[in-house]
Amino acid sequence: MAALDLHIDDIGKRYGAIDVLRGICLNVAAGEFVTLLGPSGCGKSTLLRIIAGLERADQGHVRAGGRELDAVAPKDRDLAFVFQSYALYPHLSVYDNIAAPLVMRELSSLERLPVIGGLLPGAVLRKRSIRERVGQTSALLKLDALLERRPSALSGGQRQRVALGRAMVRKPKIFLMDEPLANLDAALRIHTRGEIARLHKEMQTTTIFVTHDQAEAAALSDRVAVIFGGELRQVAAPADLYREPVDLDVARFLAQPFLNEVAVAAPMGGALMIGGSRIIIRDALGSGQAGTLAFRPEHATLVDKDQPGALAVCVTRIEHAGMDAHVFVNAEVGAEFVARISAERARPLRDGDNLGLNIDPENAWFFPSSGSRRPGDHSGAA
Amino acid sequence: MILAQSSSSRIASHAVLMTGAIIMVFPFVWMILASLTPQSEIFNGDLLPTPTLHGAIDNYGTALSAIPLLRFMANGIVVCVAILVLQIAIAIPCGYALAKLSFPGRPILLVAVLLGLLVPVQIPTIPIYIALAKSGLLDSYAALVLPWIVSVFAIFLFRQFFVTFPDEVLDAARLDGFSELSIAWRIMLPAAWPAVASFSIFSIVAHWNDLYWPMVVITNPDMMTPSLGIAYFRQAGEGTGNVGALMAGGVLVTAPLVALFLLMQKHFIRGLVLGRH
Repeated sequence: MAALDLHIDDIGKRYGAIDVLRGICLNVAAGEFVTLLGPSGCGKSTLLRIIAGLERADQGHVRAGGRELDAVAPKDRDLAFVFQSYALYPHLSVYDNIAAPLVMRELSSLERLPVIGGLLPGAVLRKRSIRERVGQTSALLKLDALLERRPSALSGGQRQRVALGRAMVRKPKIFLMDEPLANLDAALRIHTRGEIARLHKEMQTTTIFVTHDQAEAAALSDRVAVIFGGELRQVAAPADLYREPVDLDVARFLAQPFLNEVAVAAPMGGALMIGGSRIIIRDALGSGQAGTLAFRPEHATLVDKDQPGALAVCVTRIEHAGMDAHVFVNAEVGAEFVARISAERARPLRDGDNLGLNIDPENAWFFPSSGSRRPGDHSGAA
Repeated sequence: MILAQSSSSRIASHAVLMTGAIIMVFPFVWMILASLTPQSEIFNGDLLPTPTLHGAIDNYGTALSAIPLLRFMANGIVVCVAILVLQIAIAIPCGYALAKLSFPGRPILLVAVLLGLLVPVQIPTIPIYIALAKSGLLDSYAALVLPWIVSVFAIFLFRQFFVTFPDEVLDAARLDGFSELSIAWRIMLPAAWPAVASFSIFSIVAHWNDLYWPMVVITNPDMMTPSLGIAYFRQAGEGTGNVGALMAGGVLVTAPLVALFLLMQKHFIRGLVLGRH
């Protein structure tokens, strides 16, 4: 199926005195699944609405398949939008909801009239074709049994599928989804996430998906675009984003629930100093600035307290979470850290135990206080 | 003790409501009974007239034969339906625009609508009369209908109803290929159904019962609406003194309204309650 590439070029948007979006540039290849990830209020939904034409950008351009979209009405942009609230037409049945985009586009206002419309020769054929396509879509989404119902008689997950159906039925070239899973409960969210991935694989439609949930972004996307405060900070494949966050905001946002952070002086000779301990990490090369050392709980290991090179720590709390456990420790220098270790290894540990903490030198990051780890590298490793 | 108190206070409040209801309903009861009573026995000194079959036949026969009551009622239906359809046709897009579209001057227009609610019909009577007279429209349906087709009350009521409608549905409609007018008709109108129903009752009752405006623009008995027709024939002498026949006419004219209200009562109340959001 035909998909379009999408180019977002230097998009800016102001609401009053607030810059909601600043100079956003993003290229999405045809058929790609890109997630806009960021905390609420970062401007990701506004960007999506600008792409859809529901909102006007103050600067910049949106192009799809080589066509300039800025002056094109939303309905003529050949894209479909799935809303967080599903935005179904409350007084129409499921069938009519799914058929609405076809009916509005393919039938004239005369042909849409209930009785007269049925007498016009062309309309009969077109209505049959609409019925077929709605049937295919509803079969794909397992909505066949619900076609007569009103949205108010559906569960959240069913409404979600109707919203997807309405977006899919006219085979748009680009899908835009604004937190479509946010209103579902946890189990259904994971199930529907799988459905969306499956549909994307089948239809290969270019998709822009907005979410504030990093797990969702990682599970679905070819690439993730992280937005903070109206700025695009990093665009990368989920695995690269996990390994190489470009700045502290991105690292924190992707490391939920915990990220270990400690303020450190400028690195010297490939090592950082925490209290009296010299920590050697890959990142510590070539930077002359003070900053922050950060690493994930899973990249810290607990060892004997006397092991050379380890940071002396004391266990304060242990949280078990199934296979793993989070061990909270206090370093003697005053910092607090979390290590994620297997539940088995955490079992003998007790509050107050004195241990050593080792940091994986390949997976710890040094963020200079001026901002990015690698300034200018916004396209990530993709 | 608390229960007893609350039930006694409930009895008291019901007594007050009942008294009010009796005072309201009494004229109607009297009208119905008088319409069924022979002319000579209506004012025999009793509080309520005593109906007889003979009186009923007499009064309703006179009402239907001496006064062109059916003609009046047909006029009433044409006028009320025309007014209502045009009012809704104008107020739905206006209410939608005031609630959901942003355009320069919207706050001022909304204030103008609110001010419009404050102007009683008597104030523009003379200019409208002159305009109708100059365009040769006096004594026509147009004279009865046109001055009423823009209802600021309807615009305001629908606007209040539309304001709470979710914007995302409208955005979805725009992407699905709806024009702004088709959004107004195909999405907002069905959503506002309870408000439309309650407004319809208001409008129909007001214009069916209206005596003032028809009296200003109508002199030809063929164009008279029910209220004006009955008043006219009472004054013209044909119904003078025949209170029973007059009351029979009154019953016939009121009955459709009562039937309509009973039919739509549920929607009517729901519309008023929802409109307050």
